[in-house]
Amino acid sequence: MFQNMTLPKAYGLFTIGFLLFSITLLLLELFAGLPTGIIGWAFILLTMGLYATIGIMSRTKVLDEYYVAGRRVPAFANGMATGADWMSAASFISMAGSLWVLGYDGLAYIMGWTGGYVLLALLFAPYLRKFGQFTIPDFVGARFGGNKARGVAAVAAIIVSFTYVTAQVTGVGLIMSRFIGVPYELGVVIGLSGVLVCSFLGGMKAVTWTQVAQYIILITAYLIPVTFLAVKLTGFPISELAYGQALQNIQKLEADQKITKGYVTPYNEPLTNASSRGAITQINQMAGTTMPVAEPKSVPDWLNTPWDFIALTFVLMIGTAGLPHILIRFYTVPSIRESRVSVGWALFFIFLLYFTAPAYAAFSRWEILQNVVGLKIGSVEDSGKTWTTVLGKDGKPLPWVLGFAKTGLLTITDANKDGVLQFTDLSINADLIVLSTPEIAGLPYTIFALVAAGGLAAALSTADGLLVVIASAVAHDFYFRILNPKASAQSRMNLGKAMVVVAAAAAALAAMPRLALIVQMVSWAFSLAAGSFFPIVLLGIFWKRANGPGAIAGIIGGLAVTIFYMVNNYLDPSFNILGISHLSSGLFGAAANFALTIGVSLVTAPPPKEIQDFVDHVRHPRDEDVAESAPAAAPAAE
Amino acid sequence: MGDQKGSGNRLEAYWKANLRLIWILLAIWFAVAYVPPLFVNQLNAIVIAGFPLGYYMGSQGSLIVFVVLIFYYAWRMNKMDQEYGLRDKDK
Repeated sequence: MFQNMTLPKAYGLFTIGFLLFSITLLLLELFAGLPTGIIGWAFILLTMGLYATIGIMSRTKVLDEYYVAGRRVPAFANGMATGADWMSAASFISMAGSLWVLGYDGLAYIMGWTGGYVLLALLFAPYLRKFGQFTIPDFVGARFGGNKARGVAAVAAIIVSFTYVTAQVTGVGLIMSRFIGVPYELGVVIGLSGVLVCSFLGGMKAVTWTQVAQYIILITAYLIPVTFLAVKLTGFPISELAYGQALQNIQKLEADQKITKGYVTPYNEPLTNASSRGAITQINQMAGTTMPVAEPKSVPDWLNTPWDFIALTFVLMIGTAGLPHILIRFYTVPSIRESRVSVGWALFFIFLLYFTAPAYAAFSRWEILQNVVGLKIGSVEDSGKTWTTVLGKDGKPLPWVLGFAKTGLLTITDANKDGVLQFTDLSINADLIVLSTPEIAGLPYTIFALVAAGGLAAALSTADGLLVVIASAVAHDFYFRILNPKASAQSRMNLGKAMVVVAAAAAALAAMPRLALIVQMVSWAFSLAAGSFFPIVLLGIFWKRANGPGAIAGIIGGLAVTIFYMVNNYLDPSFNILGISHLSSGLFGAAANFALTIGVSLVTAPPPKEIQDFVDHVRHPRDEDVAESAPAAAPAAE
Repeated sequence: MGDQKGSGNRLEAYWKANLRLIWILLAIWFAVAYVPPLFVNQLNAIVIAGFPLGYYMGSQGSLIVFVVLIFYYAWRMNKMDQEYGLRDKDK
C-alpha cells in the first residue's frame, strides 16, 4: 500500500507529538494555572507554523507536481488528504450544530455528505484516473470535443469553487474572532495568510501533504471533546455507542419541559426567509445601502412530508460526485487500482467524523436541556451595554453566555418573563454549537483550543484545495489551453500563483457579510456542482452518444435553473415546488442538465469516431494506456 | 490472452460485468439511503439500545453500508481486472 515506508512513520510520530503537546498544555492548565491566552496562541502558532513548514518544504517548479502532486500519492494517504479536502468548516463547525438545531432533519447532511462517495467510487474515480490529466475542464474539453466545452466547464468550476471557498473563509473568521478575540474581519485576513503559505508555493503537492497533517489534527480535535462529554454524561467513553442514552434522555426532558418540536421527530422545520433577511440587514449596515428587508415569512405547507429532506440528501450526494476539487484528487494516485481503493479510504476517514457528529449533537443537546434550562435569567453590564444572561447555580452570571452573546450568535430572551430559562428562550446559532459545547459543559480551556485548531484545520485544508481548482481553471484551462498554447511552464505557474492570491482576496471580500449558515452556503456550492458537472461527467463516461453541443447546453441550462430556483426561494420561501428549499435547488438544475444534454445530443450529430474510441479508452484499465504523466495519449480534440 | 478480435469481445464482456455490478450496488445504496426516510415514524417506534431505528438509519446505519459498498466494489473490480487481463500498472 505504501511505496514509501517512511511516510506512515513520519505521520505516526506527528500524531503522537500532537497528542503529547495537547496533553502537556492540558496538564499545565489544570495544575500550573497556565493562562488561557497562552494556550490559544500556542495552538494557533504550532498548527499554522506546521502547515507553513510542510508548504515550504513541498515547494515545486514542476508542473506535474504543482497540479497533481506528481501522481505519486498512495491510496491511503490520498484517502486522508481527500478527507481533509472534503471536511470543511461545514462538516467540522456547522454540521453537528445543524443536527442540534434540526434534530432528525439535519441527518440529510450526514447521509448526503457520505453517500456521494458511493457514486464517486462506482461511477467516476477509476475513469478519471485513467484519463489522467490536470483539471476537470480538461476532461470536459477532451470528451466533448474542444475549447468551447472546456471554457464553459472552467467557468462552472470557478463558480462552484468560489461559492464553497467563501463559506470556508466565513468559518475561519468565526473561529479566529471567538478564539483569539480579534475582530471577524481581521480573523479572516490572518486565516487566509495561512492558506496562502501552503497553496502558493507548492500547489497540489504541498496541499496534499498539508492536508494529511490537517486531517490528523481535525479528527483528533473532534473525537477528544466528544469522548470527554460522553464520559461526563454517561461514564462510558465510546460516544458513538453511548448516545442512544442521550437520545432517550432528550426525549424524556422534552416531554417534561413540554417542548413540542421533538429531536428525533422528522420533517418539522417550515421554510423561512430568515437567512436572506439577516444577510440583507447586514449588507445594509456594512455598506450603508438601503435594500428593502422582507417581512419574516414562514411557509408550513409541506411540514411532515419527506420531500425536502430527500431532495437535500440527493443533491448533496450528486454534488459530492460533481465537485471539481474532489474529482481532481483521483488524478493524484499512481494507478486505477489505487484510485478505487482510495475512495474507500477517503470515505472511511470521513466516516470517523460523520459517525461521531450525531453523538456530539445529542450530548450537547442533553447537556443544555439538563443543566442549563431551568437556571435563573439575570443581566450583566459589559462595555457600556446591559446583556441578558444566565446565572449559574451560585448566582453568578455564566461566563460563556456573555462571550458568545458578544459574537451576536447567541441571544437570551425571557419570553414569559418568569425569570427562568426555558429551552425556547435560548436562541443559539448552529455554527456556534461545536465551538461552544466544551465551554458550556465546563471542560478545560485546552479542549476548546483544540476544537478551534481542528476547525481551523478543516476550513484551511478545504480552502487550499478550492484555490488550486480556481487557479488552475484560469492558468491552465483559459490561459494555456485556450488563449496561449505556447505559454511556458514558468509563466503558467506564475499566473496560477497570482490567481491563488486574487481568489483568496475576492473570497475574503465576499465573506464579510454573513450570507447564511456555513452549511447553507456550502449546500449552495453542492447544488451548483450537481446542476453543472455531475450530469455531463456521468453521461460523458456512460453514454457515448453525448456530444459537445449537448454538454454545453446542459451545463449552462443546469446552472441557470439552479441559480434561478435558489435566488427566488432564498428571497421568498413561498416560491417552492414540493416544499424543497433553495439549498436543494441543484435537483432541478441536474434534471434540466440531463434533459438538455440528452435532448440536444440526439438532435445534433453523434460525436466522431475518435471521441467514441476515447470513451472506450477511459472505460478499460490496461497497462499500455495508463498515463504516467500528462499530457495523456488521449485524442483530445484541440 | 487472446488476439485483437478476442480482445474486443473481452473488453465488451468486462464492461457488461462492470455495469451489472454497478447496478446491483447502486440499488443497495438507494435502498438504505432513501427508503428509511419514508418510514421514519414507523421505524422510530422500534428502539434498540436507546436508538430509535429511524434516527439510527440516518445517523449511522446507512453510513456503515456506504463504506462497505465502496471497499467491496474496489476489491471485486481489482479482481475482475485480473480475470480479464486488464490489470494496470501497480508498482
